[in-house]
Amino acid sequence: MDQAELLRLFKQMVVIRHMEERCAELYQQGKIGGFLHLYIGQEATGVGIVSARGPHDNVITAYRDHGIAIACGMEPKVALAEMLGKATGCSKGKGGSMHLADKRLRFWGGHAIVGAHIPLADGLALADKYHGNDSVTICLFGDGATNIGYFHEALNLASVWSLPILFVCENNHYGMGTSIERASAVPEMRQKAQAYNIPSAQVDGMELLAVREAAEQALAYVRSGKGPYFLESMTYRFRGHSMGDPERYRKQEEVRKWQIDDPIGKVEKLLLERGVAQADIEARESEAEAIVVAAEKFAEESPFPAPEELYRDIYVEA
Amino acid sequence: MPVMTIREAVSQALWEEMERDPNVFIMGEEVGVWGGTYAVTKGFYDHFGPERVRDTPISEGTIVGAAVGAAMNGLKPVAEIMTINFAFLALDQIVNQAAKIHSMFGGQFQVPLVIRTTSGGGKQLGATHSQTPDVIFAHFPGLKVVAPATPADAKGLLKAAIRGLDPVLFIEHSTMYQERGEVPEGVDFVLPIGKSEIKRPGKDVTIITYSKMLQISLKAAKQLEAEGIDVEVIDLRTLRPLDMDPVYESFKRTNRAVVVEEGWRSFGIGAEVASRIYEECFDYLDGPIIRLAQKEVPLPYSADLEKSAIPNPNDVVAAVKSLL
Repeated sequence: MDQAELLRLFKQMVVIRHMEERCAELYQQGKIGGFLHLYIGQEATGVGIVSARGPHDNVITAYRDHGIAIACGMEPKVALAEMLGKATGCSKGKGGSMHLADKRLRFWGGHAIVGAHIPLADGLALADKYHGNDSVTICLFGDGATNIGYFHEALNLASVWSLPILFVCENNHYGMGTSIERASAVPEMRQKAQAYNIPSAQVDGMELLAVREAAEQALAYVRSGKGPYFLESMTYRFRGHSMGDPERYRKQEEVRKWQIDDPIGKVEKLLLERGVAQADIEARESEAEAIVVAAEKFAEESPFPAPEELYRDIYVEA
Repeated sequence: MPVMTIREAVSQALWEEMERDPNVFIMGEEVGVWGGTYAVTKGFYDHFGPERVRDTPISEGTIVGAAVGAAMNGLKPVAEIMTINFAFLALDQIVNQAAKIHSMFGGQFQVPLVIRTTSGGGKQLGATHSQTPDVIFAHFPGLKVVAPATPADAKGLLKAAIRGLDPVLFIEHSTMYQERGEVPEGVDFVLPIGKSEIKRPGKDVTIITYSKMLQISLKAAKQLEAEGIDVEVIDLRTLRPLDMDPVYESFKRTNRAVVVEEGWRSFGIGAEVASRIYEECFDYLDGPIIRLAQKEVPLPYSADLEKSAIPNPNDVVAAVKSLL
């Protein structure tokens, strides 16, 4: 990856980190309601995967969707406006944190029922295959989703129909507060793909370049028409499952151990090793911060939906 | 007008819409090589091919989920769930995905999806395969629920569902495929979703019903006619959106009503329709609105027991007479 691209992705990761930190604040101030699942710690996975996609590839994910939305090209101001329930949000304030989406970016959402979007990915991919496009659908989900029926049905169907899907398991080691050891019969989620004759790989999800390279290879495989592929990205969320998580299920030493592995710090180190000036890195960090500050201002100043919005968009044809 | 069975009407609607729009395709269990569990898609696989008539594994949740995704991304799927009893396995996809995606994402996605399924008891299939839980699905805004009772309605409404841009649960009655009736000619015979219809005009009592119970109610109407009682029978045809205007108009003339449904009475269609009449037509009431429905039991296998749990024409006759 050339320097410019690496710097661009570094900045994107910092934007995600800053935005998530602001989200936590805004949640505590009561400005973001509902549930809030932060992406902090998993930035290398989302950015590494999504940055490898082609212009017509689809992305669909679960409810920990902020980082994926930004990686897909959503402007932070549109994402934050959505979380604040504003009319200028990507889903007009109807969706909230768990339901970010932008059809123009081929980002098909944030979906909040665990595993329910995996069959949707089958359908997105089927439509492209039906129309003879060479688009690939990237479907991200957590380790917890591999224990739900949808996962197994959808992987089976994708394999039987040879659908162009890259399944990406963001293995952050916990399904809410239950560790994979306590919830999954097999230690590696990719083992489950074997049952459906889907080839797989595992990657260090804290290493941006490793994720990107694995995603490129996996996408090339799927695009060649060989059917679905399964990538397991080993990662970690530095914050709780959602806001208000007492985190009784893991030790602080474990969190600290992973934090040393900070995916953003690793990219910064790599940039320095490649001879990028500290000042250039800091400039990107400042730009990222400014983007998030402006985004928050935009979201705060945006209007709430008009009362008559309540009955809009229930049906296309009422 | 040509006369045909409901099976032929549904089959024609599917065939014509697939010929008309290359984005329409069918997916479900046994829809292809087998020709459909109720033989509705017989011959489709050979004519349209495996890409457009897609046999699926037994995976109801994923049949509907994949159909939702395909609909979002430009196709017009007709997904088949063999019976509505299996739709519970897809309930999450139907109510949490299909019914929500258009509004929840601010209108940016459309889900032009039809889910065909069969409902109803009376075939000795036991408690899990004989239910009529149509009303459950009508609870959710964002979904349209259609349940026709005649060949013409089946054809016209299915074509409307396929041509439309919203998710529709299209409920056929599992014992009515051989029902015959006249169907208007022409590939563009399409009926509007969300319109109730007076199937038999009358002046004494209004019967509100749909699906198989229309047939039962019309039989009762004939018996009553012989006794000089003239009932009006209204077929709801669509459970959501529910078109109550013809019901109110009728009730204001007859001042008496019986609601007949095959599903259970508690929290049912009768409860909904009766409440709305009480709210809108309070000053016109000449008696309580009677709800006829399935006995509150899981349907038993044994034929006579099963039959005794489902409303029959005599039940309807008795209910009407009790109001006069």
